[in-house]
Amino acid sequence: MNGSADTQILDFACGLFLLAAVGALWRRELSAVIGLLAVQGAALAVIAAALGADEHHPELYAVAAGVGLLRAGVLPGLARRALAASGEDRESQPLVNVASSLLAAAALVLLAYAVAQPLARLDASPGARALPVGLASVLIGLFMLVARRKALSQVAGFLLLDNGITAVAFLAAAGVPLLVEIGVSFDLLLVVLVLRVLTVRMQSAFGATDLDDLRELHD
Amino acid sequence: MSGGAFGTEVTAAGVASSVLQVALTVAGAPLLVGLMRQIRARMEGRAGAGVGQPWRDLRKLMRKKPLAPDGTGPLFRTAPLVQVATALMVAAAIPFVSVRTGLGGAADLIAVVALLTLGTAALALAGLDTGTAFGGMGASREMTITALAEPTVLMATFALSTRVGSTNLPAIVDASLKDAGRVISPVSVLAAFALAAVVLAEAGRLPVDNPSTHLELTMVHEAMVLEYSGPDLALVELAASMRLAVLLGLWSALFLPWGTATSTGVPAVAGATVLFTLKVGVLGAVLAAGEVFMAKLRLFRVPELLAGSFLLAVLAVAASFFL
Repeated sequence: MNGSADTQILDFACGLFLLAAVGALWRRELSAVIGLLAVQGAALAVIAAALGADEHHPELYAVAAGVGLLRAGVLPGLARRALAASGEDRESQPLVNVASSLLAAAALVLLAYAVAQPLARLDASPGARALPVGLASVLIGLFMLVARRKALSQVAGFLLLDNGITAVAFLAAAGVPLLVEIGVSFDLLLVVLVLRVLTVRMQSAFGATDLDDLRELHD
Repeated sequence: MSGGAFGTEVTAAGVASSVLQVALTVAGAPLLVGLMRQIRARMEGRAGAGVGQPWRDLRKLMRKKPLAPDGTGPLFRTAPLVQVATALMVAAAIPFVSVRTGLGGAADLIAVVALLTLGTAALALAGLDTGTAFGGMGASREMTITALAEPTVLMATFALSTRVGSTNLPAIVDASLKDAGRVISPVSVLAAFALAAVVLAEAGRLPVDNPSTHLELTMVHEAMVLEYSGPDLALVELAASMRLAVLLGLWSALFLPWGTATSTGVPAVAGATVLFTLKVGVLGAVLAAGEVFMAKLRLFRVPELLAGSFLLAVLAVAASFFL
């Protein structure tokens, strides 16, 4: 199993996936963050395809194509249009500064590794060994949701989180049933659409998309 | 585990290849700096002073009378010598042309990093010794950057050495020469990016420090050496260029090891010498070309860059366990 081309491709895609998650936390320019999300989506599609080749599941290729289309094409495209509409291009004041959030991400990756150990021990396949990659993306996405204030950064955090969940599903069990996958993808699309509408509404109401401005409810 | 083969044996041929590396570094480092300045000048539309200009500068400075500011002690006078000596030592230890170096088991990656840091610390102390505002400011900035870069180096070292089971540099390079897949693995790629950021910081290049500026607000390395003149300045300049060459050479030995001789035969070493010169030259040219398009980072953004490289190094260590 070691050293085969499939495993190498899987390892590289997992490395790229993790790198994109970290890069999204590193960069302040929202357009760069969206670009990294597209890279992560593409890496996720490659992971699915590599697992399909490794475990001889032809239908995983179709899922990989769908995942790639949605997460590397449609969702970043929607976020990019929301970015153009909002007219803000930088996350200027994150609640946790960038250097500290990078150190926090390092700790989160180690936490993901520690947490995934019992799961990885159940199965010696290269996919199960790479499980911490998906968990790390989940944790980093959650951290980004908490620590960033612009609506679009939060969309990015949410997408990181969901990419992570999907990656865990692929790596642990070669994907969830196709119907569930389609349902989740559809939900995700709706969430991003709703958040995009929210961004535009906030922009017209407050002139900014800082979520801290939403402190009280109005009728 | 191939580390044992490199443990103790020190052969005459190994010593010869180390001497060759040292001579190559001393002669080539100013030429590398000249090449980088020339590339930069051409890309900015200037004629440039020529590749040999750093050597001409050094010759001119060497002929001048030694001069030390009032009130400076022996530290000020010995710091350039310490810096040159550590750079020479490191040039002998890193397997540039052959993995059979003359230092055997002493050519340890951690020792190499420690030697380079010793040179930095000596120069920072000399900057403080002058008692001027700029010297102190430069020293404080340099030590801040070094302190932030050091954890990255140690983590990246750890990531590279876990797979080989040894921190011995020749052993690491030898293992990656024997198994090409080791170099093109996620671990190695992550460590390469992490160490690249550190090389930029330690060599004082953009975006961390601008080597060609004397602007009070931004200079780091230049602020420390402001009081040097004559032969001392020549030594400082030579040491700085050797440091750049050695760091680029270290990076290429770790991540582009192809062509390094595994024996001490004359044809293999000659071929490796040519290849090594080419590799470092190309790396320097890429760096110089990249610098044309880059602005210096604000000093307060430098920790962000180095935290990022630290994170990459941590990921490299983590990935060596699960990928």
